[in-house]
Amino acid sequence: MSGGPDPILAVERLAVTFDTPRGSVRAVDGVDLSVREGEILGLVGESGSGKSVTLRGIVRLLRANAAVAGRVLWKGADLLAASPERLQAVRGREIAMIFQEPMTALNPVLSIGTQIEESLVAHTTLDDAGRKRRAAELLDLVGIASAKVRLAAYPHEFSGGMRQRAMIAIALAAQPRLLLADEPTTALDVTIQDQILKLLLGLCQDLGMAMILVTHDLGVVAETCDRVSVMYAGRVVESGPVEALFRHPRHAYTHALLRSMPHGGAARQPLVPIPGQPPRLDRPVEGCPFAPRCQLVEDRCRTVAPPFEPVGPAHAAACWASDRLAMAEGTA
Amino acid sequence: MSRAGLVLWRLLQIVPTFLLIGVTIFVLARLLPGDPVSAMLGDRASDEAVNRLRQQMGFDRSILTQFVLFIEGIARGDFGSSTAYRIPVTQLIGERLPVTITLTALATVIALVFAVPLAFVAAVKANRWPDFLIRGVFQVGLSSPVFYVGLILLTVFAAWLRWFPVGGYGETLGDKLWHLFLPALTLALSFSAIIMRNLRAAILEVLTAEFVDFARSKGLAQRIILFRHVLRNALVSTVTLVGLHAGSLLGGAVITESVFAVPGVGRLMVDSIFARDYPVIQALTLVLAVVVSLAFLVTDLIQMALDPRVAR
Ligand SMILES: Nc1ncnc2c1ncn2[C@@H]1O[C@H](COP(=O)(O)OP(=O)(O)OP(=O)(O)O)[C@@H](O)[C@H]1O
Ligand SMILES: [Mg+2]
Repeated sequence: MSGGPDPILAVERLAVTFDTPRGSVRAVDGVDLSVREGEILGLVGESGSGKSVTLRGIVRLLRANAAVAGRVLWKGADLLAASPERLQAVRGREIAMIFQEPMTALNPVLSIGTQIEESLVAHTTLDDAGRKRRAAELLDLVGIASAKVRLAAYPHEFSGGMRQRAMIAIALAAQPRLLLADEPTTALDVTIQDQILKLLLGLCQDLGMAMILVTHDLGVVAETCDRVSVMYAGRVVESGPVEALFRHPRHAYTHALLRSMPHGGAARQPLVPIPGQPPRLDRPVEGCPFAPRCQLVEDRCRTVAPPFEPVGPAHAAACWASDRLAMAEGTA
Repeated sequence: MSRAGLVLWRLLQIVPTFLLIGVTIFVLARLLPGDPVSAMLGDRASDEAVNRLRQQMGFDRSILTQFVLFIEGIARGDFGSSTAYRIPVTQLIGERLPVTITLTALATVIALVFAVPLAFVAAVKANRWPDFLIRGVFQVGLSSPVFYVGLILLTVFAAWLRWFPVGGYGETLGDKLWHLFLPALTLALSFSAIIMRNLRAAILEVLTAEFVDFARSKGLAQRIILFRHVLRNALVSTVTLVGLHAGSLLGGAVITESVFAVPGVGRLMVDSIFARDYPVIQALTLVLAVVVSLAFLVTDLIQMALDPRVAR
């Protein structure tokens, strides 16, 4: 991809295969992603398209039954080849992660303060008093009132929104450069969703932190992200600047997603399902995985996988109908 | 509820339990076949002697009167005298209860010392050879009858190797623990296996929890993840299990104390049942009920310390 400074994170041909009792499942199949300093990248796709597995793959948080291939270049060095010590030093300190379900992602038997401070113990040289002070600052930063008192609280004493704030505070403890946010608002009430998103955006801006934001919600992407990658059946099928991709989608899947949204992506709406099912991941797909559900399908789609090719400035797509889409948009 | 409130509430709850068990045991003791007086005096005692003793012991009064006297006595802390030993029941139990408590406590400690680290290793190496080995060995422990294990330990370590005494009880604390070690080990074996299995399963479940992934994503050391995040959560259910087993541990003490000739309340219970020693049977049942209730209370307190959600 051309233009701009070098990415701090470059995921190249990431592939994750799960060994399951029913055979091997290729959940992520050659994903390319890149994130620049301070940039917010949206990652969208239907349920099961491999978004969470991709995020976990980046910091190698996958279970023992996962085989990972490809490269995850963080500041130029491959995390997939890194030593456990190096990985441990990167996790939390340089790349942090937050999860969808704040209730299950926080340890129920440890106080919020303990869960913040253990990150500080791992990654800073602060002394006990310094850590206490910093932990209170962090709760303050994520908008939790009377932070000092709240440090002693346990997760079950917090509301859903506050738990998500606490999780963000914990993730930010060691001032990471990149935050992997896996549907951070899906489990929350609509009004709280907005607050948490605004909080995350503000934090990225204030701290100059980059973020990969996984979401089902194209409206969220339109409002918050600089660039977006669209996943389908374990692959990135289109990726580009939010403006360009929303105005001129060059993959039939993205096109269908956007068409099913009111106001071309302005209103906040979850993805409206496209008729049909994604392909099964436990057997190889011939041709384009979207072909069976595609309205623009042509013969070669079913036999030859389209290459992931540049279609505009920093914009790429893997679709045989890419040119037809461009022309249709042009005449409309 | 605060911790002090909980303790008080639970102590109060022991009172109705106590009464209910009191009634039950009073009735049950009298349903035992056989007569205590003839048991004491033997078959060839004269009718006159039997009647005199019956009167002395109050067995000539109506059941209802006996019950009222029984409850009155308890309220005064007087459980009467043992018909077999002819000393106050409180004195008899007072001498023997500490032995059994020490025995079961030692057994619990031994069980935990074996079970916790090995459950940990088995879970972390799940479905690899250390796991199979540990589970296999514990399976043997679980399926061996207590008296059989006791006899083997006795033969090997006491009779052959002479590392431990064959039976009895010591004077100093160290001597006592040395005497109680083999019986405690016997008692601990199957208990240890139960704890190991439960804790291993609990650890495996906690290992799949999302908060463990979150802890990993923070860059914590493996050691901290395992001990602070995994073990602590897994122990919550194991503590419950240990507490719930307080009763069966006392039941096991009956057998081990008999095998190792330990002068505890387990053996006292067996002897008293054979001797139709009503006052001792009654008092002992009540005292053991209180001991078990207190064990549950301690369990709850440990659980409150481990899991803040329990302290509502
Ligand atoms: N540990 C695992 N073992 C086997 N298959 C797995 C495992 N984890 C994920 N998968 C499979 O990988 C695929 C991708 O899952 P993933 O969780 O990444 O989807 P997602 O895009 O995050 O979906 P959602 O929007 O529902 O969160 C799914 O088909 C899922 O069943
Ligand atoms: Mg997901």
